Amino acid sequence: MHPKRQQLWEEIGAWQEDFEARLAKSIAGRRLPSKDIISIDDFSTNDLEMIFESTKMFKEFVVKPDKKINLLKGMSQINFFFEDSTRTRVSFELAGKHLSIDTINISGKGSSMDKKGETLNDTVRTLDSMHADVIILRHSKAGTPKMIASQIDMPVINGGDGWHEHPTQAMLDLYTMWEKKGRVKGLNVVIVGDVKHSRVAGSLIRALNKFGVEPRIAGPPTLIPFGLEKVFKCRVFYNLDEAIKGVDVVYALRIQLERAAGAEIPTVREYSKCYCITPARLAMAKPDAIVMHPGPINREVDLRTEVMEGKQSVVEEQVENGFALRLALLYLLLGGDRR
Amino acid sequence: MTSLIIRNGRVIDPANKIDAEMDVFVKDGKIAGLEKGIREKADKIIDAKGLIVCPGLIDMHVHLREPGREDKETIATASRAAAKGGFTTIAGMPNTTPDADNQTVIEFVLSRAGRDAVVNVLPIGAITRKREGHQLAEIGELKKTGAVAVSDDGADIQDANVMRRALEYCTMWDMPVLSHSEDKNLSADGTMHEGLVSTELGLPGKPAAAEEVMVAREIILSNAANCPIHFCHVSTQGSVELIRLAKKRGQKVSAETCPHYFTLTDEAVRGYNANAKVNPPLRSKEHLEAVIAGLRDGTIDAIASDHAPHLLVEKFLEFDFCENGIVGLETSLGLVLTKLVHSKVLALSDAVAKMTCNPAKILHLDKGTLGKGKDADITIIDLNAEEIVDPGKFESKGRNTPFGGMKLKGKAVYTIVAGKVVMEKGKVA
Repeated sequence: MHPKRQQLWEEIGAWQEDFEARLAKSIAGRRLPSKDIISIDDFSTNDLEMIFESTKMFKEFVVKPDKKINLLKGMSQINFFFEDSTRTRVSFELAGKHLSIDTINISGKGSSMDKKGETLNDTVRTLDSMHADVIILRHSKAGTPKMIASQIDMPVINGGDGWHEHPTQAMLDLYTMWEKKGRVKGLNVVIVGDVKHSRVAGSLIRALNKFGVEPRIAGPPTLIPFGLEKVFKCRVFYNLDEAIKGVDVVYALRIQLERAAGAEIPTVREYSKCYCITPARLAMAKPDAIVMHPGPINREVDLRTEVMEGKQSVVEEQVENGFALRLALLYLLLGGDRR
Repeated sequence: MTSLIIRNGRVIDPANKIDAEMDVFVKDGKIAGLEKGIREKADKIIDAKGLIVCPGLIDMHVHLREPGREDKETIATASRAAAKGGFTTIAGMPNTTPDADNQTVIEFVLSRAGRDAVVNVLPIGAITRKREGHQLAEIGELKKTGAVAVSDDGADIQDANVMRRALEYCTMWDMPVLSHSEDKNLSADGTMHEGLVSTELGLPGKPAAAEEVMVAREIILSNAANCPIHFCHVSTQGSVELIRLAKKRGQKVSAETCPHYFTLTDEAVRGYNANAKVNPPLRSKEHLEAVIAGLRDGTIDAIASDHAPHLLVEKFLEFDFCENGIVGLETSLGLVLTKLVHSKVLALSDAVAKMTCNPAKILHLDKGTLGKGKDADITIIDLNAEEIVDPGKFESKGRNTPFGGMKLKGKAVYTIVAGKVVMEKGKVA
């Protein structure tokens, strides 16, 4: 081998060795609260802070030219997505591959009784019998990850279930707030849009509540779930201009363009007039407020392009952080002394 | 023929305002005497000292599944479950395959019942063809063949004009009309009660209003048509209030509820418990309390189980895909006694009335009392026997119950149909 190339390899090897040692040290024997990642309810602030610390370390890693690290070699990961996903699926898959896990993707559509008539529980038991090490499930029906997790020993990560939760999204969102604002506690956050159908909001409100943050919720009554203020600590506003005043974080949700068909909004046009994050509205938040969105974005409906591409937007960092976070989660779930 | 004496039991016959210790004499399948110290000779004597002797229980809302879904339940197994639970008469809803919208299915149910059933099985016909809510079924013929009432069950008639015509038409046949009461546009994709728990679980909810607007509609339409209406499985506060008001105004309305609506709330769904998935859904506490108040003040006349057996796999899917329904024949009486009688919500005789003479009256059955000459359908109850619900021991094919493991106080120890003992101390003949 060319001496220079040899030297590069050695450098990378040394960095990775050092990285692994620092990672182990930072975790210091701590563990995630359960074998699965199903709901934010299962995580304490300490657990979330441990995840943030590991995520921060993996952010060093994601910019390295060689992103293959031998942390979880020989393991297998199944991405089981019943609904379309770009961000979540790709970041989990890339994260697995970089950690040297063998990853495969399965997609299911609609009912588990479809096609061959096999139930989801039976399919998942089959996968478990092949000794896969982790399954990431996205499903249109709430409660499905919990159901399958109770059937198998294999860890299950909830990649989004119905209108219920999307815990890894909330983790990356809180990490982003933590990174940008230095803290989560004490932040003023407004969550804007279709909270009712949003698993992102389901996890985000839970996670913020863990840190004592009581977010403001802005949306039309038709898109606010029943009794939201009684279920979670939050305050509902119909008027975004009121809700956005003085906040540190503006979190816009995606509106499904077909909501008008269900009479939940008259038109996307009227919705965007009330709830689109425009530069004028953003000016009512704190001057250093950050703008977040889980993607995919409806430009000019959820956010004006000027806002999305403006200085206050951290939308792209959310994606990068999500990638680092999923590396961290896989490591925390499967690596270290868990191997 | 045969004869039977039931000695020294506390006889409760609400229709005849009897609550006293006495003997019951049964001859040739009929009640032959009801007094203290009967001196007749009999082929069989049951010592009922310390036990309750009451008219045979009637469950006016059962899903037999036969014809069509014999994998879930058959008329034979449903009737055995009924006998085990203390019921001497059950009425089967028309949502079979094919639907009971024609005389052939009614004839089939009656003939199967005659061949296989250990209790009385009465068919309920459909209101509309295929229960599609458009064209009336041949209700006159259903009546003549032996259907005791009509209902479109869970399909429920969405078109108010069809319901209006159905009510008008049924007056001509004196046919009881049973309303499921669900506005499908409002319940939409809901899988549980719309409330705080549905918000927490991220499940689409069915609002109480989906039931209540239909109850209101039926009250108005039944008044206009001058046709009695009966409300199935009342589960909400608003429904109870509307029915109470209608009764106050002198309208001919009646109502039933089911044990799960006075026992459990939507909290039971936590953890995505599919055995607690039922339609109408388990409601929140204020609704449960209103149902109890309705039972107490007589707004709710009857208690029915809505016995709905399903396969294990049909409750072992994604929550949304799981079937609605709870098996109830073998837990209904225990829940009534535990949750209503022992906890002093209802006097024992009122509870018995809601399971005997009241449903008989609603369905125009010459049953539900121990009057001389009536069918000797009798249930003997041990009020204090305690038992833990074990679905594995059900006579029903269905195991889908949220009550497994619950301790119930009070159960049937004898079920007697037309003078014949079909269940003795838990053993079905």
